[in-house]
Amino acid sequence: MADLLEIRWHGRGGQGTVTAAKVLADACLSGGRHVQAFPEYGPERAGAPLRAYNRISSKELRMHCPVLRPKVVSVVDATLLDSINVGDGATGDAIFVVNTSRDPKEIRAKLSAGSGQKVYTVDATKIAMDCIGRALPNAPMLGAICKVTGLVSLDHLLDDVKKSFGKKFSQKIIDGNLEATRRGYEEVREI
Amino acid sequence: MAQVVAVTGNEAVANALRQVNPDVCAVYPITPQTEMMQRFANFVSNGNVKTELILVESEHSSMSACVGASAAGGRVVTATSSQGLALMYEILYIASGTRLPIIMPVVNRALSAPLNIHGDHSDAMGARDTGWIQLWSENAQEAYDNTIQAFRIAEHMDIRLPAMVCLDGFIISHSIERIEYLEDEEVKKFVGEFKPLNPLLDIGHPVSYGPLILTDYYMEYRKAQDEIASKVSGIVLKVAADFEKMSGRKYGLFETYRLDDAEIGLIILNSAAGTSKDVVDEFRDRGIKAGLLKPRLYRPFPFMETGEALKHLKAVCVLDRADAFGGSYGPVFLDIATSLYPYKEKPVLINKIYGLGGRDYLPEHAELVLSELAGIAKTGSVRSYKEYIGVRE
Repeated sequence: MADLLEIRWHGRGGQGTVTAAKVLADACLSGGRHVQAFPEYGPERAGAPLRAYNRISSKELRMHCPVLRPKVVSVVDATLLDSINVGDGATGDAIFVVNTSRDPKEIRAKLSAGSGQKVYTVDATKIAMDCIGRALPNAPMLGAICKVTGLVSLDHLLDDVKKSFGKKFSQKIIDGNLEATRRGYEEVREI
Repeated sequence: MAQVVAVTGNEAVANALRQVNPDVCAVYPITPQTEMMQRFANFVSNGNVKTELILVESEHSSMSACVGASAAGGRVVTATSSQGLALMYEILYIASGTRLPIIMPVVNRALSAPLNIHGDHSDAMGARDTGWIQLWSENAQEAYDNTIQAFRIAEHMDIRLPAMVCLDGFIISHSIERIEYLEDEEVKKFVGEFKPLNPLLDIGHPVSYGPLILTDYYMEYRKAQDEIASKVSGIVLKVAADFEKMSGRKYGLFETYRLDDAEIGLIILNSAAGTSKDVVDEFRDRGIKAGLLKPRLYRPFPFMETGEALKHLKAVCVLDRADAFGGSYGPVFLDIATSLYPYKEKPVLINKIYGLGGRDYLPEHAELVLSELAGIAKTGSVRSYKEYIGVRE
């Protein structure tokens, strides 16, 4: 892994995007890595666009400001593609992971992704509906991000999801989220 | 063995307070501090600490409750931010003047009006001359470590002064970072048993708190307070040495970063210091001798040691995350200028005001300032002595 990996999440309030960034940070702690997870705090409203960030590094993380040049861009809500330039500042070799059921070619065109940039899609909302019965795409997105970045193994991530969700939710919800995470990991596809 | 966790700054400080297990904690919520006291209240409810939690109706009451509980002979904590600290103002002086070692994390936030919940240093800067000790923290680890050390410093029998531990609102309080927790037993042993001094509840030895002292002895009392302030830095260093033995983490009165052979330097508090260090490294890679000084013990201000550490530089910029309205420069600038005042040979000083109300401080801001300093070091000519940066024109 490179010294530093910077991730930017684009979601809407209420989709669990901030939780996903937090779980990812926790999962990446292993192996002595340094981690950060932080959202952009605005007026907190369900449905409002929000950003969250991760930094994962083998070295101490001293930078305390938003991620401006992300290597990974996670788009939890594809309707944001119409209103926000999610590719802003992304590196030339950036990886985009988009939650969508739409035609992958259409997404790639919409992002105006460069030739060095990779675009992955996963139908995280459908997976969430199947597994949890609610449109909470964060767990499958988390699985997809782990697959495309190789940050942690699927087993390790599932352990962490269990730990994070176990504090608040019933066994049924935990099991649903574990299954959703696993399916996100397995179903993410490159265009 | 240290436990490595990924937690928010608020969570880290709440955990430090749990490990210390104080006698009394007065609580009133205010963003961005609320999460810290909410987590601590959980510890109380779950029986993890024996602390008596007092839910009060304002911060004025919160600090008043702390004063009463501390004078009674307890180890006492509270926490606040912004307007909450401002509302405590009257009682802050009573805590320090009465020499009560109350510990208070301050999660730095901008002051109203206009209303703003984000991080800047206006709140704690307003309280900098209240006689409290102030320790400032770059990240969650430092906030945790400073909180634990604050008990030993404030409660030292030669000092007995209240102490604030400052950390940046949201940037640190609500961001998750990797930190190392000490073992509960280690912390307990490090802070030790609380030793009350002249407690009101010791009814065998009645004492009087809050006396009237008029023209006869008020001035002597204040002189004594000034003398005590001069002892604080020595105690801070002793406590830091003990803390390093336990944790392996080194603390001083301030942190110097690549400063010894530097020609240009930044002075900057808290989280923005971390961002700046990465940029200092970039300038070093380009062969420019840049460095940084980050104050930690900001009150009482160790002006002699600070001046000594800076006097060899050619050009220095003090970055303030607060302005002193009606004054000439930002608050930290005034202290740094004072620390260099006695020297004949000293750096050119400039002042930038940044990050008010949570405005992002980005690497490009540090780059611009360091480039400007490199120019000043070369030519000696200064374009502007005080300026707002990262601001819309």
